[in-house]
Order: sequence, then structure tokens, then C-alpha cells
Amino acid sequence: MAAGTASRAARAAADGAQGADAALQAAFDAAVAADERIEPRDWMPDAYRASLVRQMAQHAHSEIIGMQPEANWITRAPSLRRKAILMAKVQDEAGHGLYLYSAAETLGTSRDELLDKLHAGRQRYSSIFNYPTLTWADVGAIGWLVDGAAITNQVPLCRCSYGPYARAMVRVCKEESFHQRQGYELLLALSNGTPAQHEMAQDAVNRWWWPSLMMFGPPDDASAHSAQSMAWKIKRHSNDELRRRFVDICVPQAAALGLSLPDPDIRWNEELGRHDFGAIDWTEFQEVLKGNGPCNEQRLGQRRRAHEEGAWVREAAAAYARKHTSGAGPAVPKGKATA
Amino acid sequence: MTAALALGDDALVLSHRLGEWAGHAPVLEEEVALANIALDLLGQARLLLSLVGDEDELAYLREERAFRNVQLVEQPNGDFAHTIARQLYFSVHQQGLYEQLAAGDGPFAAIAAKAVKEVAYHRDHAEQWTLRLGDGTDESHERMQRAVDALWRCTGELFQPVEGVDVDWQALHDRWLETVGDVLGRATLTVPAGPQSGAWSAGAGRQGIHTEPFGRMLAEMQHLHRSHPGASW
Repeated sequence: MAAGTASRAARAAADGAQGADAALQAAFDAAVAADERIEPRDWMPDAYRASLVRQMAQHAHSEIIGMQPEANWITRAPSLRRKAILMAKVQDEAGHGLYLYSAAETLGTSRDELLDKLHAGRQRYSSIFNYPTLTWADVGAIGWLVDGAAITNQVPLCRCSYGPYARAMVRVCKEESFHQRQGYELLLALSNGTPAQHEMAQDAVNRWWWPSLMMFGPPDDASAHSAQSMAWKIKRHSNDELRRRFVDICVPQAAALGLSLPDPDIRWNEELGRHDFGAIDWTEFQEVLKGNGPCNEQRLGQRRRAHEEGAWVREAAAAYARKHTSGAGPAVPKGKATA
Repeated sequence: MTAALALGDDALVLSHRLGEWAGHAPVLEEEVALANIALDLLGQARLLLSLVGDEDELAYLREERAFRNVQLVEQPNGDFAHTIARQLYFSVHQQGLYEQLAAGDGPFAAIAAKAVKEVAYHRDHAEQWTLRLGDGTDESHERMQRAVDALWRCTGELFQPVEGVDVDWQALHDRWLETVGDVLGRATLTVPAGPQSGAWSAGAGRQGIHTEPFGRMLAEMQHLHRSHPGASW
């Protein structure tokens, strides 16, 4: 995207000054202040770049680790229609991972490097995917609550100051909203189904509600990156603000589903015009982040295993490309060629 | 209607096997590709089974002996080479079959006309990977040859005439052999020398005689549906 008028003069001055840091910083600040998009070739502070790489990598990793809890039910989906929907969703998640790794690569890193960091436990993924999917209803709860929380987080990212990230989010959000509605509809079918199905739906909501609220991150007074991210317009709203917005959306949706939320303290606060809700167990959140959640070992283990067991396939593709891209034309059959 | 069950079960069972790859693929692009192929096949299965009756009753409430798929598609995924060899054999077959069906005016013409475009893509994907694995590294070459050999004896069944499927089965087989031979040759692989059918199993899948892993696959696939009789999802 072309730079707007607000920072054009400052950028021109910076170019003329040949690396004068202050002028470059001033141009960057002016672009951010004017709500312009920062693009890959623009100068940006090292800390801005590092912060984006951290956040985008974590986001990409969440998409691919997030395939596991849902893929866990593909082979057991109870109808062919639901099976098709679930397969399409897991496929979309892999696609989102691809967009996000590509967007992160515009900052000078590579997918391989980021995956290595994930596998080594040096970069994170969303804490939510360390919870197990124990029944079919969990697939619906993930669609409704987890995707719902993700959308609440991600819609503002469509206006993030970094252009490639913002554009990736536009595409991701469209598909996520679709999945979210499908998850809701799955739960609705269960809630209105047999007593056993209704109970299954309620149990899933009971288990996924609090972990979903934790997806918005630590409370504002304990969030290490929030203030700086908001100043850079990477983030637009605070963790607590987004979390409140999410609760306000979910309360009427739960009522429409005929399911309850597992929090006796939820009630409408007339004065503030929003819902009050109970305290989150931040100890559990910290434990999950530290690797002590119910599925941390399993999720990372499966990811590492898929990567290690697939190494020979990737090596084969690379070897084939080396043989066949040097202008030699099509494969020259060796030995016993055709039938 | 045996014919629709045979073709529908082929697609249903292979789709299920490909679905088992989700989250385990060697590279992210293959997560997308394998899920994509699985979805196409599931779509075909649903259309074909719906010609016979209720798709969910047919998928979830029949026992192993009532399934009419060929044994090739129920083979476990094995390593990536086995998955690719299975896909190459099946997709080349399906492409030839659906092209003939689409050109005719039988009950499957419309479904085949839609599916043939998808199948051409599946075949290309399997062919490209056969080339890369066969003509990649020594290890990938060995693995691919092993897979091609191991699954060869499941291919004869693809050309056992199915009642109600009005195609030239001999022509289908000849063209399959030529196409697969060509791809394997370009992949520097050897066309297996053994018979295309096991000693007793030719046509067995079509009669509901399956392999041992198939029962376990169905147990997993059907368990939830069977646990809630009469429920809708």
C-alpha cells in the first residue's frame, strides 16, 4: 500500500539523510500515528520487528497445533455431513498457518526457522490447544467458543499497523466466522437432540468456557507486551477489554443454545452496561503456559514426530528439485524405464 | 444397487484413510492437499450412497461384510510412500472409470462428470509425488519402490467387472497399466513383476471379504453414531 500524505515528507527526508536513525524513527512514528500501513521494505524499529515476529509466529503455530484437537475427531464424526465440515475446517487451519508463516517471512525470518523454534519449545502457541477433546461436543464448543474468542481477538488485527499481517487477518477472519457459525450450529443440534446429546453439549461448554476466556491473555496489569503493542497499533484493544466484549457476546448466545455458562457470578451490570463475571484461575493459565497443561507434551510431541517422520519426504522433494530445475528438462529415466 | 455401493464405498473408505493423516503430514502443504482429496472423495461418496438410501445409515450401520469397496482403499496409510502409491493406483483407475461413465448416459454419468475434474487433480498430485519420491533420494526411492510393490497385488480387483457399471473393463485395465507404467518409469521405479491379485482375494472386497485392519477402521468410524441410536447430528 502506498504511503499516505502524513508521513511522505518525513520518509523522503529520512531517505535523504541516509540512515539517520532519528529521521527514520520519526517517519515510522508518523506513519503509525496517521494509521498508515507499515510494509516489508519500510524501515521499522528492531523491537517492532521482533515483537511482530513473536506474535505472528505464535499465531501461525496456534493454527497448526490447533489442528490436532479437532483432527482427533475426524475419524469418529457421527455423520458424513459433519465429517465433511470438520475436514474442511482442519484444512482451512493448515491454510491459515501457511498465510501466517508467509506474512511472518516478510519480516526476514523463515518458516523452517520458526518451526524449529516451535519444536524446541522456544516459541509458543495458544494455551487453549493444550486441552483435550473428549467428546464430539467438544468440536462444537471449540467452534463456538475458541473460534469466537479468536475472532474477537483477530478482527481488530485486520487494522493492525503491519500491512502483511493485517491483510492475512482479513482472509483468516472470513473463514473463521464461517467455522464459528458451524460450531454453534453443531452445539445447537446437540442441545436440541436427545438428553444424552444435550448433556454432552453442556459438559463440553463447562470444560471449554474458562480456557476460552484465558485466550485473551493475562489481565491488563500483568500483560508484558500490551502497552507497547498498543502504542505501535499492533494491538487495538487491551486483553481485558476484548475479554469483556467476548463475554457480552456469549451470554445471549448461550441462552439461545439452551446451555448454561459455568460461572455463577455472571450477571448484567446496569451501571457499566456490560456483564460482570467470576475470577479466572490464573494459576492454571500459568501452568499451561509453562508446559504443564493436560496436552502440552502430546501436542508438541505429535508436531515434532510429524516433522521428523516427514524429513525423508521433504529431502526427496528437494533432491528432485535440484535434479530437475537446472534446465535438464523432464526426468531422464534411468534403468528399466517404461512398461 | 450394488454398483453405487461399490463406487461409493471406494470413495468413502479412502476418504477416511486420508482423514487419518490430518495433523501428521510431512509438510504443511500436504495437510492441505490430503484433506482436500479426502473431502472430494467424501463428496463423491455422499452422492453415490444417496442413490442407494440414507448416506449415514449406509456408512455407519452396515457391518464389515456388507461393505463393497475394493481392498486397495482400506489398506492402512503406512508411510507417505504407501499413501501415495495407493493414491496413484486408485486415482488413475478412478479417472479412467469416471471418464467412461461421464461419456455414457448411465445412472452415474452426472456424478462422474463432476468427479472427473477432481480426480484429475488427485491423479496429478499422486503422480508428482511418485516422481519426487522415486527420483528423489536413495531412501525415498527405496521406500517408494517398496510401497509400489506391496500394493501391487491389490490392483487386480480394480478391474473386476461390477454389475451395473457399464464400462469396458479390459480397456480400463490396459490404459491403467500403460499410465501407471509410464509414471513409474519416469520416477525411475520398476513396475512390479508379480500378479495383480492375491491367490484367493481377487474381487473379494466387492463381495464383502475384507482385510483385518478394515474392521478396526469401521469400529472407530461407526462407534459414536452407533452409541446414540436414532439421534440426529
